[in-house]
Amino acid sequence: MMFIEWLLAFVQALLYVALAPLLVGWIRTLKARLQNRRGPSVLQSYRDLYKLFAKEARMAHSASLLFRAAPYIVFVATWLAAAAVPFVTTSLPTAAMADVIVIAGLLALARFFLALAAMDVGTAFGGMGASREMFVSALAEPAMLMAVFTLAMTAHSTNLASMMDYQLFNDPVLRPSYMFALAGLVLVAVAETGRIPIDNPATHLELTMIHEAMILEYSGRHLALMEWAAQLKLLLYGVLLANVFSPTGIATTTDPGALGLALVVVMFKLALLGVALAISETVLAKMRLFRAPAFLNLALLLTLLGLLSHVILEVGV
Amino acid sequence: MSRFNWLAEYLARLEEQRVSVRSGDAACLSPAHCLFLDAEDWGKAARVAAESGFRWAGIWGDPVAEGIVIRAALVQGGDYLVLVTEVPLKNPLIASHTPPFPAANRMERHLQDLLGIGFLDHPDDRRWTRHQAWPEGRYPLRTDFPVAGESQRRTPADSDYPFVQVLGSGVYEIPVGPVHAGIIEPGHFRFQAVGEEVLQLEAHLGYVHKGIEKIAVGRDPVGLARLAGRVSGDTTVAHTWAACMAMERAAGVVVPARGLVIRAVLAERERIANHLGDIGAICNDVGFAFAQLQFSRLREQWLRDNQSVFGHRLLMDCIVPGGVGCDLGDQHKAALQSSFGVLSRELDDLLPILDDHSSLEDRLVSTGTFCATDAKRLGVLGYLGKASGQDYDVRRDHGYAPYDELEVASPCRDEGDVAARLQIRADEIRDSLQLLDRLLQRLPTGPVGLPWPDLSKPQRPAVGLGVVEGWRGEIISYVRFDAHGRVARFFPRDPSWFSWPALEQLIRDNIVPDFPVCNKSINGSYSGQDL
Repeated sequence: MMFIEWLLAFVQALLYVALAPLLVGWIRTLKARLQNRRGPSVLQSYRDLYKLFAKEARMAHSASLLFRAAPYIVFVATWLAAAAVPFVTTSLPTAAMADVIVIAGLLALARFFLALAAMDVGTAFGGMGASREMFVSALAEPAMLMAVFTLAMTAHSTNLASMMDYQLFNDPVLRPSYMFALAGLVLVAVAETGRIPIDNPATHLELTMIHEAMILEYSGRHLALMEWAAQLKLLLYGVLLANVFSPTGIATTTDPGALGLALVVVMFKLALLGVALAISETVLAKMRLFRAPAFLNLALLLTLLGLLSHVILEVGV
Repeated sequence: MSRFNWLAEYLARLEEQRVSVRSGDAACLSPAHCLFLDAEDWGKAARVAAESGFRWAGIWGDPVAEGIVIRAALVQGGDYLVLVTEVPLKNPLIASHTPPFPAANRMERHLQDLLGIGFLDHPDDRRWTRHQAWPEGRYPLRTDFPVAGESQRRTPADSDYPFVQVLGSGVYEIPVGPVHAGIIEPGHFRFQAVGEEVLQLEAHLGYVHKGIEKIAVGRDPVGLARLAGRVSGDTTVAHTWAACMAMERAAGVVVPARGLVIRAVLAERERIANHLGDIGAICNDVGFAFAQLQFSRLREQWLRDNQSVFGHRLLMDCIVPGGVGCDLGDQHKAALQSSFGVLSRELDDLLPILDDHSSLEDRLVSTGTFCATDAKRLGVLGYLGKASGQDYDVRRDHGYAPYDELEVASPCRDEGDVAARLQIRADEIRDSLQLLDRLLQRLPTGPVGLPWPDLSKPQRPAVGLGVVEGWRGEIISYVRFDAHGRVARFFPRDPSWFSWPALEQLIRDNIVPDFPVCNKSINGSYSGQDL
């Protein structure tokens, strides 16, 4: 039994890696359709990764060991963070480490190395991208933690599996605090994953980039790992939004039928999130960089309101 | 209207300043008026012109036997005045026009690099067009420099250009280019920034110097027209037209009415195609891809119509000396007329979306503001000028055929920001569509061109000046034929000469990530000013 659970945990982690490019491909296809284009196939992001892995990795002469190691560290840290978020079942041995603070820490570790590697080569764009990334994340992180603490106050745990179980095993109630936290976390997710209106993943303009500016100097397998890590992060936030706020459908046992159903349900939820993201990216232009604090302050404000409404409306009910 | 009604006053003021105007053929560049000056009065004449509120429009040198004839164009009220002087080849020194007219800065440095003219009181004597492709002390435009060029060796990298530096704590430099991530022309930009704020921007261009002025030497009129069409690919019609106009005026050729109307049709089509592309590209630079895709679609359809009606998507080589190389049949005419309605309706759908889009407005309004004072000082043209209160349009104010018989509406605004430049483009598209409709309605019958006269018999020195409104603004083209009817000197003055300095000016105090959209809203031609 123990063996099967560990195997499941491993398979779930692999699912993250395998499905991350699909989500990005799905969003790109939707955006293309919304822009009246045919667009590439949803599998294009897999082909891109395959292509990059087959290419030679070129390195600047001034690159240090850190620059070579960073893609692996970033990828593994992001992957670990993702693997801790329950994807199809909450009943896993890894659920014990599925703590929000661990996830935030792992993502911060990945970001730390990403920013260091960006500055390592010494180009102006790398430094600029790193400084902007830190600027955005310094504002996004508190909002993210605050959003999750709102949920934690209800479930009395910062463990994601416990939060989901709490919702699954208690009568469904519409909690205002959850609504606020959800809205705040959506804004954080958009900022953290480098989407419009904070960053534009499709731009070729070096001077406007945030995430892309940091990985400008990478090529070949290194670039593939960096891209893949970014896709994983998007999936991570997607699953976080989909499963923590509405865990309906997620398996609480290791029963194969329940697991299969859970996979279908979570993919459906992610597909819907993809539609929402694609629509918002089509109708919005990118913000001026200095509007980002206002955007993230709104996220922080929403999560604070969530916390407050929990204390006022839900405690003791 | 009475032309040159300001000339008498200018001459009187010159006389007050004891500037002697020498006698010469004042009508040799007709309809422009020429004033022949002594070299020592060159700076004084410019100062008086600046005090009289003239616009400075270009300077070019023309090497003759023992000296270099220097001509500078000034514009007042749609009239063109050309100051002419000559400096000896042994000691080619002259006063600079840059102190009274900052717009002259780079064109004078271009002259310094290519003809070896020394400007006495020029505030900035750094090289401009000269990279490392030819040795110090050699001047490619002089007559002793071979047209085929001298050196076939690989050009060394141009790495030691002395950029102006800003010192202070927290100031850092961002070098961008000359190779960019997008598929655009090469040019180097050096930012001095604190945090995200741009303190100073300096452009270093010249990476697409093709030697246009030199390789024009010795060409026949047809060859020069083809060359002019390649000064800047996106302005091929207007540059060819300006060069042909200059040659036709020099040779006394009168283009038949039908040919002129078709030329105007081509020029308006070029304007619309470029404006459509630009509007989409400006929106794309702030991450609004929807607009770009829609406007690219419209532009593509427009270019395909060009291909099917005129035989070339960008209308290259459609204009030839003496007329046009393509005719417009009734069937094509009807097809074009119906396409105007289609484009107009599409724009009725799309432009309001851009107008009402608040997140787009947030990025474009008050970004890259260029005030009217700076615009006047730098002599900017076209949509850049019209968005900053400089209401000048050659088609309306200088009235060349066939526009002299049409009423040309020219939009003008004074906000001077990216949004205003976008709006001017949208307005110009609509105006051009109306013009096209009227042009096609009055399309005269008759030949589209005349055969070029035989210029090979020795005759008077034939010089000509062509002035047309390209899609970026006024284009001036100067042509001199030698005694055998071959081109001895060609100088095309693209409006981009004035828009690059404007970009450096208006980006100050904006943030670094707003540079691409500011740049795109100006969209200067690298090729047109590198020559």
